[in-house]
Amino acid sequence: MKKKNLETAVVSIDELKPSRKKYNIPVFIILTIGAVAMIFPFVWMILSSFKTTSDIYTYPPKWLPSTFNWQNYTAVFRMIPFARYYLNSIYTSVMQTFIQIALSIFGAYAIVFLDFPGRRKLTTLIRTTMFVPMVVTLIPMYLIMNKLQDTYAGIILPQVFSAFTIFLILSFFESIPRDLCDSAKLDGCGYFKIMFHVVIPNAKSSIATAAMFAFLGHWKSYTWPLIITNKEQYRTLPIGMKYLVAESSKEYQVMMAASVMAIMPVLILFIIFEKQLVKSITLTGMKS
Amino acid sequence: MRGAARELRPSSIHRIRIFGRMYEREQVTTAAILMTPVLIAVFMLFILPVIQVVVYSFTNMTTSKRGTFVGIENFKYLIGDTKFFKAIGNTALFACLKLIFDTGLALIIALMLDSHIPLRKFLRSTYFAPVVVPVVASSLIWIWFFDPDVGPLNMILTKLGLEPLLWLNGKGTALASILIFSVWKGIGYNVMLFLTGLQNIPDSYIEASKVDGASWWQSLIKIKLPLLRPITNFIVMIGIINTFKVFAEIDVMTPTGGPGYSTAMIVTYIYEQAFTRGKMGRACAASIILFVIIFILTQIQSRMNASKTVDYD
Repeated sequence: MKKKNLETAVVSIDELKPSRKKYNIPVFIILTIGAVAMIFPFVWMILSSFKTTSDIYTYPPKWLPSTFNWQNYTAVFRMIPFARYYLNSIYTSVMQTFIQIALSIFGAYAIVFLDFPGRRKLTTLIRTTMFVPMVVTLIPMYLIMNKLQDTYAGIILPQVFSAFTIFLILSFFESIPRDLCDSAKLDGCGYFKIMFHVVIPNAKSSIATAAMFAFLGHWKSYTWPLIITNKEQYRTLPIGMKYLVAESSKEYQVMMAASVMAIMPVLILFIIFEKQLVKSITLTGMKS
Repeated sequence: MRGAARELRPSSIHRIRIFGRMYEREQVTTAAILMTPVLIAVFMLFILPVIQVVVYSFTNMTTSKRGTFVGIENFKYLIGDTKFFKAIGNTALFACLKLIFDTGLALIIALMLDSHIPLRKFLRSTYFAPVVVPVVASSLIWIWFFDPDVGPLNMILTKLGLEPLLWLNGKGTALASILIFSVWKGIGYNVMLFLTGLQNIPDSYIEASKVDGASWWQSLIKIKLPLLRPITNFIVMIGIINTFKVFAEIDVMTPTGGPGYSTAMIVTYIYEQAFTRGKMGRACAASIILFVIIFILTQIQSRMNASKTVDYD
């Protein structure tokens, strides 16, 4: 009896060996169809950004543009101050990311490595802020920042703090061996020096991931820049593109050219950092 | 001997007593310097606005005047406003449908990606790609897709011999259109979480169940799903919060709340009250109701699941 059980067990584990297993082709086909649906909008966007107006309005629709021309791209810059929006977006996103990461490193370092009164209470306080979505505090924030309307500070400041980033960096810091800091301490390093010379260098790549995350978030940020900017010259890219929909009056090929340019930096970051991005997304998912 | 001992223990350690406990002074001062900017941010961006949103909700404040105390007048107005209820209804409907698709479909895709297939990494990336793309830029693509006259979707429908739809312009189809966009945009995130969860399940569990004669379906129901529970909780919680906050894609695709206010969300309503009509007090009251709804939903969700979490280790 016992022997028989053992035999079946051996057989079934053998069957499970991946080398013997065949590819699951039906599942592959279904997934490929799904993947095509996911990618199709991007392909359509890129192809269409080169089309002419007549290409767009012919029936049946054309897949490929009749000639590859860049006039839609130049049209974007003619119709709206696109370069200005672009620079605004880069400037505000970079500043927000920089301040946000600095604040998060400070907070996380103090919480993980330093012993001070009220440490636990402050950590809980920071955690609580995650439960308050920005849309809830939008109006008081607008009234507080009213004087900074149509300034870069007005766009940047309300978006520089994220408890999420603090806890992300905190989880990276927790994996740094304490011995490293202790030995630095014995070498006579002060706590600031330990932070800048031991902790930050050891978490460099993780901090870069957190920074990229923050940057992607700020690059697409919509609601706050929408309400705090009135003048065209301070609009960020998402806001400018919202108005482009109205101003280009169904010139879709121009809208697509603008989209391509807005998506490009993000896509480049995604292709370079895909692994880290996926890792930290799953990390934050697991943590909770 | 004494000299070596002194070197190992830096003489500069000053200890101070705060609230009956000893702390190292240098650590406390360093922490104070580091935490000050963080606390200023927490105060300015969370504590102060939260207090203000509560206070303002009881005033008739507008964009131009500070306003006076009016008691629960704003809340009374909201309860009597059919537009507000329409917005809540739309948001709830949207959230329910999006949660079903975002969780169910994502789980199915993740299970498929977890099986033995060629090009797995590449396929995984394609499902994830729309997640990283900015909302507004991708909304523009879909605005065209949904165009009733020259949009590709209607062309496909007519080719298949079906009636073309009004999509974003139709009262009955506008919300569904945004839902399609939204699922396309967001599903990859959940797929990724589920997939990691599935890959973290030790192979030995699944093999053991196969040895015991469990079918694929049985091992899914009895082993995989219970072990995915923490991730499912996370996805549902984040999903609820995010769909109740939804605004950007709605505002870009259907700027004034859509045909017959059919795509107006709670945030759309708040935005309209505050920045189109200038009723700041009323918008604050609506913000508080939104916060309470999100809070209650997440509480229900975490209570429901607290007792059911499984740990096989």
